[in-house]
Amino acid sequence: MKVDLTVNGKDITADVEDRMLLVHFLRDVADLTATNVGCDTTSCGACTVLLDGESVKSCTVLAAQASGHQVTTAEGLAANGEMHPVQRAFHQEHGLQCGFCTPGMVMAIVSLLKENPHPTEEQVRQGLEGNLCRCTGYHNIVRAALAAAEVSS
Amino acid sequence: MIPSSFTYKRAGSAEEALGLAAEHGDDAKFLAGGHSLLPLMKLRLAAPEVIIDLGGLRDLSYVTDQGSYVAIGALTRHHDVEHSELLGREVPLLAHAAGQVGDPQIRHRGTIGGSIAHADPASDLPAVLLALDATLVARGADGAREIGIGEFFQGLFETALEPDELLTEIRVPKPASAAAWSFQKFTQRAIDWAIVGCAVQDGRVGLVNMGGTPLRAAAVEAALAGGASPADAAAHAAEGTSAADDIRATRAYREHLARVLVARALTEANSRS
Repeated sequence: MKVDLTVNGKDITADVEDRMLLVHFLRDVADLTATNVGCDTTSCGACTVLLDGESVKSCTVLAAQASGHQVTTAEGLAANGEMHPVQRAFHQEHGLQCGFCTPGMVMAIVSLLKENPHPTEEQVRQGLEGNLCRCTGYHNIVRAALAAAEVSS
Repeated sequence: MIPSSFTYKRAGSAEEALGLAAEHGDDAKFLAGGHSLLPLMKLRLAAPEVIIDLGGLRDLSYVTDQGSYVAIGALTRHHDVEHSELLGREVPLLAHAAGQVGDPQIRHRGTIGGSIAHADPASDLPAVLLALDATLVARGADGAREIGIGEFFQGLFETALEPDELLTEIRVPKPASAAAWSFQKFTQRAIDWAIVGCAVQDGRVGLVNMGGTPLRAAAVEAALAGGASPADAAAHAAEGTSAADDIRATRAYREHLARVLVARALTEANSRS
């Protein structure tokens, strides 16, 4: 079937299988590989992207469902050569170890801060309950989220 | 994991969705947010030949005040139920419980109607709507009908909906004492299904994952009606249940959890009212 998505502001039309998952569309059709496939069971959050500005797990969305909608991946966050405040905060707070969960964590935090620009530490931890870090590096990820909220205020 | 092949159809209206369902019969499944059905399809536990995507039916996403009850469109997402001011004021149990479903990403996609129609005894909202004594509205080719939540869940993943019927609205009566609620859920990890959960509103008690269907704790409710204290009433929480033995918990452990969680819930609901 023909799908037509706007990914990071760019229109992408493709003929795909009806059963294609959004995460595979992003990686294999749009050639955007920041979005990782982790657990593939809606648990780990590594595949988190923004769909119409809100965080979703792209392993549990069909490309067909996203047709006609806006998708933002980690590749789409930087503007004018400047990292997004959440990306910069991850860099400054050492919010990553192996890096596998990082794109999903960053996208989840972008969505969280859009809904709640000044979260408490508790709210950040609850807001990230859908994202697992296999290095268990949660403390610095939470610090990065709080630092990004501080910068944006 | 990739689902087996199917044909994707996007419905532009409820009428179109019903037309597609009539055309494809048992081969078709409705897809709302997809967060119950797609995982099953990826595991090949479900393999519908036709998927009828309801995601475009924005006119079935609403929360409105109807006087004695609150009407919720079946395609209202958990995120929108959680943040509804009307529900937060009139039915705080439901707003709170919607915020406990899965995680933020799941709540951005999953819908109240999808969760109810999926009828997983381990999911949160069926038990909550039992405690709220909700009424469901289903639309078919011959018009709409109301189904009491008590008659809706008929077996594991089985409901009173006919194959060509679409759940369109959930009607939640405004509780006599909105504050007299509690929702308790015991999980291993934050995003897991409840090992056991319970919802309490005005002396009604709904249980999560204590049998093949979501169910009311009738013996607890009877004890409360007879004047029993929360602790004494909660001792009956496992009566009439048929909890599973599985990798997460034994039946005996689930029965113990039910008694503990119901006691906590009744005490909390009492303290709020």
